[in-house]
Amino acid sequence: MPVDVADLVAAARDGDRRAFDELVRATYLDTYTLAYRLTGNEEDARDVVQDAYLRAFKGLKRFRGDAQFSTWMYRITANCATTFLGRRQRNRHEELSEDLTARDERPAVSPEAQAEASALRDRLQVALRALPPKLRAVVILRDVYDLPHEAIAAELGISESAAKVRLHRARKKLRDDLFARPSEEERARAV
Amino acid sequence: MRCEQLAGSLADVADGAVLLDGPSRAHVECCLRCQAELAQYRKLLRALRALRNEVLVPAPGLLSEILVHIEQAGERRAIRSMLTGRRVAYLGGIAAATAAGAAGAIVLASRSRRRMPLAG
Repeated sequence: MPVDVADLVAAARDGDRRAFDELVRATYLDTYTLAYRLTGNEEDARDVVQDAYLRAFKGLKRFRGDAQFSTWMYRITANCATTFLGRRQRNRHEELSEDLTARDERPAVSPEAQAEASALRDRLQVALRALPPKLRAVVILRDVYDLPHEAIAAELGISESAAKVRLHRARKKLRDDLFARPSEEERARAV
Repeated sequence: MRCEQLAGSLADVADGAVLLDGPSRAHVECCLRCQAELAQYRKLLRALRALRNEVLVPAPGLLSEILVHIEQAGERRAIRSMLTGRRVAYLGGIAAATAAGAAGAIVLASRSRRRMPLAG
């Protein structure tokens, strides 16, 4: 039976702990996916997800319900990931490990289109991995999760214009990596 | 119109955030380089949006870790609110006792003042 998130949010706000647990159950994979994309590794993503739900639990009364719960969770997760990464002051680019299982929930398409999309997706994952975390966060929040510039700026602790500049740089770098430079395969063929 | 002048806005055009003006549109319509770049941005944005449908599955145990974490936070909060409640009760008791003491002292003082003229 599909879970009605709005009902769960209302019950959880009234202090129903079971409803909050159900909310976690219904949304944690999505939250984890975002945390993983922002931090770049599983261990950090797990810490960020725990922190994010703890903040959500403590701040649920402040959730006005004018946005979707998932969007609210994305904002908290982005904020937690920024805090987490800032605390660690990492200056290396984390590697996204390959051993995670990705579940594609898109409707089925033709095998050729699927193969092409899958190849592009793989190259995109590599290109995202190569982005500096600050650029990666902005492009993921804007172009994957559709958060407005204002929200991204607020959660990352930067100005809206800085968020736009980062987005522009990130998109350009991704485009260069995906299309402008010859792929390994193409280079190998040319030799 | 040069390609370099448009390069900065093609991603926003692909995104739908920016609309090209007449001269820019005319340039793109006859410039293969800008058309290719625009097509690449469109493809990139589609691929990024498609990632939204993908769910990464963590190693087992994450859900229970989150729930335990919340459980502990809930317990801590309950203890804190209980202690706060007790503190309020103690302070209330002290305030009531102080008020009662003060009232008693006033009553005693007024009685003794009333008796004084009789004694004289």
